[in-house]
Amino acid sequence: MTVIETRLATDAPARAAFPTRRLVAACVLGAYLIFQALPVYWIVRMSLMTPGNVMGRSDFLPVEPTFDNYRTIFTDPTWYMSFLNQLAYVCLNTAISLAVALPAAYAFSRYRFLGDKHVFFWLFSNRMAPPAVFLLPFFQLYSAVGLFDTPWAVALAHTLFVVPLAVWILEGFMSGIPREIDETALIDGYSLPRFFVTIFMPLIASGIGVTAFFCFMFSWIELLLARTLTSVDARPLVATMTRTASSSGMDWGLLAAAGVLTILPGVAVIWFVRNYIAKGFALGRV
Amino acid sequence: MHKLDDNRAWLLVVPVFALVAFNAVIPLMTVVNYSLQDIFGPGQRVFIGVEWFREVLRDPTIQASFLRQVAFSALVLAIQIPLGIAIALLLPRVGWKSSLAIILIAIPLLVPFNVVGTIWQVYARPDIGLLGRGINAIGIDYNYTSSAVSAWITLLLMDTWHWTPLVILLAFAGLCSIPEPYYQAARIDGASRWAVFRHIELPKLRGVLTIAILLRFMDSFMIYTEPFVVTGGGPGSSTTFLSVRLVNMAVGQFDLGPAAAFSLIYFLAILLFSYVFYTILKMNEGEP
Repeated sequence: MTVIETRLATDAPARAAFPTRRLVAACVLGAYLIFQALPVYWIVRMSLMTPGNVMGRSDFLPVEPTFDNYRTIFTDPTWYMSFLNQLAYVCLNTAISLAVALPAAYAFSRYRFLGDKHVFFWLFSNRMAPPAVFLLPFFQLYSAVGLFDTPWAVALAHTLFVVPLAVWILEGFMSGIPREIDETALIDGYSLPRFFVTIFMPLIASGIGVTAFFCFMFSWIELLLARTLTSVDARPLVATMTRTASSSGMDWGLLAAAGVLTILPGVAVIWFVRNYIAKGFALGRV
Repeated sequence: MHKLDDNRAWLLVVPVFALVAFNAVIPLMTVVNYSLQDIFGPGQRVFIGVEWFREVLRDPTIQASFLRQVAFSALVLAIQIPLGIAIALLLPRVGWKSSLAIILIAIPLLVPFNVVGTIWQVYARPDIGLLGRGINAIGIDYNYTSSAVSAWITLLLMDTWHWTPLVILLAFAGLCSIPEPYYQAARIDGASRWAVFRHIELPKLRGVLTIAILLRFMDSFMIYTEPFVVTGGGPGSSTTFLSVRLVNMAVGQFDLGPAAAFSLIYFLAILLFSYVFYTILKMNEGEP
């Protein structure tokens, strides 16, 4: 139901026409949400069953529900450490990406400078490199600088496709803030860095939140680079999952439980930014 | 907004520039190196020029996967962009219902690629998966491991499930930024729902839709993990997309030279398509 229709529905003559339309809209939205929810339900259901039951039964509700799969994950250090490893590099990546993207976005939003448009498209073009063959050079690069198998390697490598998006979203939010604010603060004797941190960043707090969400999300779901740049000490959950799958046959219940756990941190992050998603990052470049 | 001319702004871009250059340029040059040499072992390499490029461009299996890839990306855009806009229009814009809807919609985005594959591999199975059983129950013969059509339907449904939320979130943000007076003016003019969409909402969505189209194009054109996990490129080679073919070459046969040439051509193809989209979407900007 769009805003305009709900608002029109309060006008007396229009009231009669709208219930059917609202009903259709609600049904379509409901159907879509069910389409989205069912696969998620299916993995939750699998995570509560034994491997034998997963492969043998197709009942809608979990058969002989058990928390054994979760118990395994929370008692086996390879599992829970890899969960923490993944959280570590994703948080590092989000912090690094925001730290470099904030000044750059400010530059793109406030100034015209030599080659600005080209740099922007170049940044974006780095998302377009097919990872398959770039994996080996990445491995060589991060081995050469001594970061292989540390959270830093994955965090830095992920900035490649996260930073361009972060710059774009932040720039949209920043362009929504009138430049008069900058000018007034500079006349009042603020230095640029001090103005940026104490005045400007609070103004675009919602934009920073939304950007952090997208950084977190794209880094969290990436698998190929994360798996290539780690071996034992920093191995993330997604890599542990694929190794379980290949070495000892498929333990579907355990895999499903790990899968459910991979969804939870993201849900927590989106809970914090739920009210900001909608606010004005449509104003941006492009 | 009026912008100042000041080349010192470069100083603010330097950190991003350095970081991305470190990550992008060094690996890219390594790949360029591979693509021009025949490597027999450590220290034994011969410069062979564009031989690998010629070989890759003439390979009929690669040509076939290219066409398959173009078809897949075209279908993905044709399904997800309209669907995303439609759902965004239906979402409540204020109150707790709006927050709840946003959270529910965003959940698939947060599922790692391999987990997406794992979910759909089981979910779509005709014997133990809800989707597979459901489709077979209504009388359609569906089995993604034996029929190419079923495999394509599975991958398209999976990608739609995973990525339409991104289009929805972007379109929703765009819709929320349209100022109320636009709607009031439309109401006074007695504009129909379609006219409001065509002449107010769609033009205002141009910016976010450009990004949505570019992101969806790039990511669908490079799709790898999900088809690898779900169908393994089969049945036959019906879902062997470019990335799957590339990994077979690089890891399976360990042909680094041709694989490097392949990935450079691949990269250039994506760059070219993206530039075309970008230019077309920018070109119509003057339109009301």
